[in-house]
Amino acid sequence: MNPAHYVFLAVILFVIGAIGVLVRRNAILIFMFVELMLNACNLAFVAFARMHGNLDGQVVAFFVMVVAAAEVVVGLAILMAIYRARRSASVDDASLLKY
Amino acid sequence: MTDTLVLASRVLANGGAGGTNLDPLFGEGMFWILAVLSVAAALAMIFVRHAVHCALMLAVVMLSLAVMYAMQGAPFLAFVQVIVYTGAVLMLFLFVVMLIGMNSAESLTETIRGQRLWAALAGTGLAALLIVGIGHAAIGTAAPTTSASNSGNLTGLAQLIFTTYVYPFEITSALLITAALGAMVLAHRERSTPKLTQREVARRKIASGQVAPEPPPGVYALHNAVDMPAMLPDGTTTARSVSTAVTQRDVALGRDPQGGLTADLAAGERIESERQIEAGARGLKGEGA
Repeated sequence: MNPAHYVFLAVILFVIGAIGVLVRRNAILIFMFVELMLNACNLAFVAFARMHGNLDGQVVAFFVMVVAAAEVVVGLAILMAIYRARRSASVDDASLLKY
Repeated sequence: MTDTLVLASRVLANGGAGGTNLDPLFGEGMFWILAVLSVAAALAMIFVRHAVHCALMLAVVMLSLAVMYAMQGAPFLAFVQVIVYTGAVLMLFLFVVMLIGMNSAESLTETIRGQRLWAALAGTGLAALLIVGIGHAAIGTAAPTTSASNSGNLTGLAQLIFTTYVYPFEITSALLITAALGAMVLAHRERSTPKLTQREVARRKIASGQVAPEPPPGVYALHNAVDMPAMLPDGTTTARSVSTAVTQRDVALGRDPQGGLTADLAAGERIESERQIEAGARGLKGEGA
């Protein structure tokens, strides 16, 4: 199977993730779409690793997974703190710095 | 079931051997199935309203990506994908959805005018840009082998991580510790009131006028159901024995919270008559045999 197919699939998933980040307003869902985008990047990395015949792409994908896990932990903790203060997980409600 | 196992073992075996000796037709079929599945699940993530459904769709995408990693000669990443992403990250998401509440289904009104239209336009533009750009790039066919040292995926990855990428690897450990500490600090809640001592609890209980616990529901009553108020020795029922949550549920369901008694009596009579009919039938059967 040609690696280009995998790269195009990764592009499609990445774009769907970007649209989701723009459209949804619940912060948890936005995090999920960010995860989807990171997964799409990983797929492209793995496809490139296969194309070049070395493992560097897979190592980078592995690091992306670790950083994504750390990001989710901190992000969800921030979300919990915001929810505790404002009783809402909608990104529209966190507008304290606006005015 | 056995078919899936055979398929899985075949995929993993081929992935472990470098992923290039995968039967081309088999790999192609698997790719198209998984591609359609993952794109459909990702689109469903945009359109479902409920956060839990969204998380389940994300699990579908992640698992199909894991199989794709295995098909592309990355069995280690496939397992890490299942364990870290589907196992840990997604469970974390589900935990937070449960903590924040099941009413996290958002309203469908747009707060910014034309937000969805512009988002769709921007997404189409981004897709066109990326696809045209990648279409112009020269993406070659798969190289003959994916492992640098021909000694298998895991050995090759370990050699790379602990030689070339050893500093990023060490920095990653610092990042993980920082993230764990940050999550603990952010999730920590300061006590706004001092903790009650045992003496204060006892004093409060005496001052409230009721030392013994509330009577449990259904005591001295006909049933032991939780919505059945306890009957006091003087024959009256006490509403205090029924949990307020049960009463609220009755109200929410449109039932009369106090009127359960007569309905329950009727139900009891019906059950009793059914029992008698059953017993009669059984007796007849016994005689027949």
